[in-house]
Amino acid sequence: MAANPDACLVIPLYNEATVVGDIVRQAREAFDNVVVVDDGSSDDSAAAARRAGALVVQHPVNLGQGAALQTGIDVALRLAGVEYLVTFDADGQHRLDDAVEMVRRLRRDEADVVFGSRFLDGRTQATPLKRTVLRAAVVYSRLTTGVRLTDTHNGLRALNRRAATSFRIRQNRMAHASEIIAKVGSSDLRWVEHPVHILYTDYSRSKGQSVLNAVNILTELLYR
Amino acid sequence: MLIKILLLIAILAIAGLGLRAPSGARHLAFRRIAVVAFAGLAALSVIFPEAWNAAADWVGVGRGTDLLLYGLIVFTFASMATTYRRFRELEQRFTELARRLAVDEAVGPRLTAPAPGAVDDAGDDGRTS
Repeated sequence: MAANPDACLVIPLYNEATVVGDIVRQAREAFDNVVVVDDGSSDDSAAAARRAGALVVQHPVNLGQGAALQTGIDVALRLAGVEYLVTFDADGQHRLDDAVEMVRRLRRDEADVVFGSRFLDGRTQATPLKRTVLRAAVVYSRLTTGVRLTDTHNGLRALNRRAATSFRIRQNRMAHASEIIAKVGSSDLRWVEHPVHILYTDYSRSKGQSVLNAVNILTELLYR
Repeated sequence: MLIKILLLIAILAIAGLGLRAPSGARHLAFRRIAVVAFAGLAALSVIFPEAWNAAADWVGVGRGTDLLLYGLIVFTFASMATTYRRFRELEQRFTELARRLAVDEAVGPRLTAPAPGAVDDAGDDGRTS
């Protein structure tokens, strides 16, 4: 069964052995092409992803999520027939329905980049502290990049081939989210936001980013 | 009073230095000039230790040793900033290397030969230096 043969899911993976198998299996039902970039996991995440049917690329050492995304984009661009790329998290917080719908919008040529946003509707439940930090990131991003997004740190994005080849992610760690927005903002790429639902499961919460990480991101953006 | 202005200028300059991308050969040359100047200054300090007192007096610091301490702090900060920058640059190269390994292992090196005169873009991030 061919499912979205013109699209490829790019999933950065770091020590998610307990869930990645299921995530990839479900993803493969919606997308023929699933590229998983194992960022030097110390557990058997890579083997689990491979068993579930993903094309697994393994970083020899841990480089960071931004680096993993760029590697995944490089590989996806080399797959024949792939016109659309979707960045997707390995911890199960994104919904495949959202990804499919975002690709559909690219196919209709509504934009070159579709950013997922959890704040376009009221579905997503985030803690007040998380909400505040994410809001601050939105304000900062608007001031520095001029791109008026409602959610700047959402791992779910869809790009067409033109967008994916037009920039390279140089922020290896978490600052890549802001970097992508800045690069889209300074290019002539057309972008839209798409409402997505983030599933904050106990697992994703336990793996989630500490809000203190905002300090690291800010430093990396300033002193690149 | 003069010392306050000098120190503030030095601190701001170094903090700003970290923001700029390093520029290859020029950056290296400055680094080497700085090392030679440092050695020269150290030698002069040994021969004319009282010169520090005179300099301290001129910028409004009590003793030469205090001035030396201030200088040391500024120097430490500067070397922190340049080290951070060099580190980021190295990390970038290291990333490209690891990425190339990972991609070649997963999908194999590009087997299609590039057209004559064409530049193979695999693993090239557009930098020429």
